[in-house]
Amino acid sequence: MKSSLTLVVVLLLSSLYGLWFRKTRGTVKAHTAPAVTAEEIGAAFGSRLTLLQFSSAFCTPCRATRALLTDVTKGLGDVKHVDIDAESHLELVRKLDIRSTPTTLILDHRGVEIGRAVGAPKREQVVDAITPMDI
Amino acid sequence: MTALEQGNATPELIDPRGPRVTASITLVILALAYLTHSTTLVVIQLIQFSIGGFVSPKKAPYGLFYRKVVQPRLSSNFIGEDIRGPQFAQKVGLIFALLATIGAFSRIDLLFSIPVLLALVAAFLNAAFNYCLGCQIYLLLHRIAKR
Repeated sequence: MKSSLTLVVVLLLSSLYGLWFRKTRGTVKAHTAPAVTAEEIGAAFGSRLTLLQFSSAFCTPCRATRALLTDVTKGLGDVKHVDIDAESHLELVRKLDIRSTPTTLILDHRGVEIGRAVGAPKREQVVDAITPMDI
Repeated sequence: MTALEQGNATPELIDPRGPRVTASITLVILALAYLTHSTTLVVIQLIQFSIGGFVSPKKAPYGLFYRKVVQPRLSSNFIGEDIRGPQFAQKVGLIFALLATIGAFSRIDLLFSIPVLLALVAAFLNAAFNYCLGCQIYLLLHRIAKR
């Protein structure tokens, strides 16, 4: 009796965590971090924005995010998508405090972070985040 | 070999519904193991996790069940998932199952029930929310391990 109650409580808490997790993944949040250099990411910055994606080798949401960001930035001359392997850039991962993959940083033209999305974002979330606000 | 080098090789892609079914069966077995304090059920999980983690999730008992019984009834239309993700998760499960087995044989109740519940939570999150355990902890483990 006592153990079945424990089991129910554990499953309930896990469900709450799961719902919170699903709701917050991919949401672009304002965030600041030390500026990165083009050298550190191994690619030139986009003239307006760079979507800097951190991936790990066998993460399925990373594959989906890569496909989405490639597609969204296709045809945009001023926004660039750069996908880097987190494991082989551990110094950068620590500097920017990347904890899980995929994490996508939105960098301005100087490489200064303006926001980040932890987890796979949805198309609208990406489009909203990269649409110029001063228009 | 680092994961980057592994990443350069063409990964084996599997039907992502397989690991979800495996997680669902794992959830039921672990819940029963917890409620009945069954050593047998934990040992069954130990076997599942060992084969899934070190041979292939496809060749482990639940993976075989999925391929023989469930998959033929589903559409063959799916986007493949890198097999190394589920394989990593099975290895994490193995650690919990090992602890629980030690707990069962040494009759240390908490060493049995806590690992069983932790593995159960991971299986539940995977089955219900498609939670990718590797995505959450793999990088953290690397950050800690390689100073």
